[in-house]
Amino acid sequence: MNSMETSAPARVRSLEKVVVRFSGDSGDGMQLAGNIFTNVSAALGNSVSTFPDYPAEIRAPQGSLGGVSGFQVSVGCNVHTPGDQCDVLVAMNPAALKQGYKFLKPGGVIIIDTDSFKEDGLRKAKFETDNAIAELGITAQVVEVPVTSQTKAALEDSGMDNKAMMKCRNIFVLGLLCWLFDRPEEGARKMLREKFAKKPAVFEANSKVLRAGYDYGHNIHATVSTFRIDTDEIVPGVYTDIKGNEATAWGLIMASEKSGRPLFLGSYPITPATDILHELAKRKDLGVKACQMEDEIAGVCSAIGASFAGSLGVTSTSGPGLALKGEAIGLAVMAELPLVVIDVQRGGPSTGLPTKTEQTDLNQALYGRNGESPLVVVAPTSPKNCFDMAFEASRIAIEHMTPVILLSDAFIGNGSSAWRVPEASDYPEIKVPYVPEELREGWRAYMRRDDTLARYWAIPGRDALPHRLGGLEKDVKTGAISTDPANHARMVEIRREKIERVAADIPLQKVLCDSPEAETLLVGWGGTFGHLYTAAEELNRQGIAVALAQFRYISPLPANTGEILSRYKRVIVAELNTGQFADYLQARFPHVEICRINKTEGQPFLVSEIVEGVKSHL
Amino acid sequence: MTPQDFKSDQPVRWCAGCGDHAVLNSLHKAMATLGVAPEMTAVISGIGCSSRLPYYMNTFGFHTIHGRAAAVATGFKVANPAMTVWQISGDGDGLAIGGNHFIHAVRRNVDINMLLLNNKIYGLTKGQYSPTSDRGFVSKSSPYGTTEDPFIPAELVFGARGNFFARTIDVDLATSQEVMVAAARHKGASVVEILQNCMIFNNGIHNRITDREVRADRTIHLRHGEKMLFGKNNEKGLVRDGFLVKAVTVGEDGWTIDDVLVHDAHAQSNFLHQQLAMMDGEELPLAVGVIRDVEAPSYDEEVCRQTDEVRARKGFTALRDMILAGDTWTVS
Repeated sequence: MNSMETSAPARVRSLEKVVVRFSGDSGDGMQLAGNIFTNVSAALGNSVSTFPDYPAEIRAPQGSLGGVSGFQVSVGCNVHTPGDQCDVLVAMNPAALKQGYKFLKPGGVIIIDTDSFKEDGLRKAKFETDNAIAELGITAQVVEVPVTSQTKAALEDSGMDNKAMMKCRNIFVLGLLCWLFDRPEEGARKMLREKFAKKPAVFEANSKVLRAGYDYGHNIHATVSTFRIDTDEIVPGVYTDIKGNEATAWGLIMASEKSGRPLFLGSYPITPATDILHELAKRKDLGVKACQMEDEIAGVCSAIGASFAGSLGVTSTSGPGLALKGEAIGLAVMAELPLVVIDVQRGGPSTGLPTKTEQTDLNQALYGRNGESPLVVVAPTSPKNCFDMAFEASRIAIEHMTPVILLSDAFIGNGSSAWRVPEASDYPEIKVPYVPEELREGWRAYMRRDDTLARYWAIPGRDALPHRLGGLEKDVKTGAISTDPANHARMVEIRREKIERVAADIPLQKVLCDSPEAETLLVGWGGTFGHLYTAAEELNRQGIAVALAQFRYISPLPANTGEILSRYKRVIVAELNTGQFADYLQARFPHVEICRINKTEGQPFLVSEIVEGVKSHL
Repeated sequence: MTPQDFKSDQPVRWCAGCGDHAVLNSLHKAMATLGVAPEMTAVISGIGCSSRLPYYMNTFGFHTIHGRAAAVATGFKVANPAMTVWQISGDGDGLAIGGNHFIHAVRRNVDINMLLLNNKIYGLTKGQYSPTSDRGFVSKSSPYGTTEDPFIPAELVFGARGNFFARTIDVDLATSQEVMVAAARHKGASVVEILQNCMIFNNGIHNRITDREVRADRTIHLRHGEKMLFGKNNEKGLVRDGFLVKAVTVGEDGWTIDDVLVHDAHAQSNFLHQQLAMMDGEELPLAVGVIRDVEAPSYDEEVCRQTDEVRARKGFTALRDMILAGDTWTVS
């Protein structure tokens, strides 16, 4: 049934990777069309990277500039970022064109729905003439497709009302793109069938429209190039498409399986972290207890209560929520209980830019509590790395009896990548510091392991070792309340050293793109990895030898950090804030001269910005 | 088990004469009566004088942060439902900074036993008015008297659709034990308000009701299935007066013992329970004992039931099963 097999496209361009940006009203289903396109591509063996760019308002006025929702995806081989600019822009209306055309590469193609470029739409998007293309000075190839009328024509006999038919426009575009990029229409149909499993009529309609879009592409192929996209050579195995927030949730579950401690999530909805709560709420089927609490504070406090009761206690939030949780995290520092706090960072301060990405919570994670309150901070580098780092955060929390903050961000939390489903044996057992048999007699709550300084974890119901914990300072030996000055100093020191010793239990920092000629070290942390790596490769291609160190372990730093930083003539820290990690490194390694590349626009870096930024420091 | 089994080795540091001593005593005895082992019991508190209580228990104990005991206790109970969980809060801890957690724990009906020690004052910070202090109350932070109305804890509990509410007086050890045991046996959130005296900053705040000379006339001990009688010789009773209740003397004005209401703590409707709980010891006697005790699904039990049900239906044994059941592709 696949017409692709019988039609040879007129012109075929072979590309290593291609970037498509779907742009439309926030109600136009751009995220859905983009997601299906991504998944179909991933199933073909492409690596993929996505970037949903959506407005904070759920439904801003229809057709307005503020209501434009974007979804950018890069597919192909060696893909590490969703791309600075797109090869193809889909603009569902004039506002989407106005907001989206600036992302188009020179030589790119724009697909517009001509039916929506009428007086009303142009006025809402604040165009002054009736020729939007000319008014914006666009010289790129524009493919004019009557998406709305073609969609309606395909659904003529369906008996659907106008509103319901309009909702299928995104799928017409999806069909067209499947033809254009040689994606199997059946793959997209299968995903629609799953999406609308409970609404067969909606599926039927979308299936028809998908076909109509695909066939339309076939019929106009004389005027547009089609693309063959190269695929990566990838490790054999079972793959799935995974979003960062989903990966975070699954990494926690893996840690629960590997430690034998049940997983408890206490959370409160907050953009852009809520998908973690959604996913773990579904995972009751794996025994996860996910509780939506009455506020952020109750979220973290219930997780601490669950940890005291013997679970892996986790809370998920974003910046404003982390601020609210600060006091309770201090309690977990003091009580020395395992706790994982996930902060999917967004633009701040205050409510800031709830749907946009930033790395501005680093200082808050490191220092945002009263008293000397050290803890572990880690940061995943990509959507799929969220799985590994959520596992690591849990492992460290349990083995070292400490709160761990995982600093994800909106970019990788909402972004997706193709991911090889791991075997359980790919991950190490997590060794729970249960009270050893020989210490049970005369055991006290603040007795510690010699190596890690971790307190032992006596679990109610498992260990008949009743004991009292609390936020008041405790005697180093007996665990009873103590206000003794020397004892407090001792405990402050122990809590500090306990975190320092985690450094012995994490991998050494790796340096990528390194060469004997490299005099410059580009440094990043967390979710900017894809952009920094692509930039480093680009610079090396241009003959500028640059090495890259992307940090995942922030507190404590890997043991070889000082050695690495000292090895290069120039260290440039690039981050999406005004220099928080650079300051942190500078304070620890004062002899290293640290240059900075910073951005605070609520948007990820562009590769070109980093390339130019590095050059400006040479 | 004896009360001794529940005592820790720590010296009790409350002021001499503080009502908290009596509450601690009652709790040790109530726990011995219940017979749940210390290692299967957890006591979780917030911050304030009364929140020191977990240190004096030989159970699992957690002295948390100000106002958050109910949230910590909720997580604890859901994570480990086999444990019997007690939450200790004062009126500031439970109803001011922790008011949100208090009403939501009650609404959710988490199976925790919440002891609310109400002395109508902040003691640990040395004498500021609390959310239960009466209008006009003079304290260090209200030198000219407060200009706000207090919470009545029972009213909050009913507003949050509570299924168990009891009241006692610190020095009345027998009633305290009785209601603590009932609270622990009730499945779901149980709130026990304890009228407690602060010797130092609010001495005698409850005397109007609790003094031995007046207590019989100003309080009524409600017991399920028994006539609502009070007074030194049980000569007075509560009767219906339209939609309200009123106090009468049996044998006077034509009122007979048959007119006196019988307490039904298990009635689904909380209409009468609320009226009884709101009696303040002036025209109508203040009610002590178990005022409402109604069975309803508890949150922790429902979470476990749903989890078991979904697990059985999906049949996954590990994360990988769940992922493989979704959308995947194979690269060979």
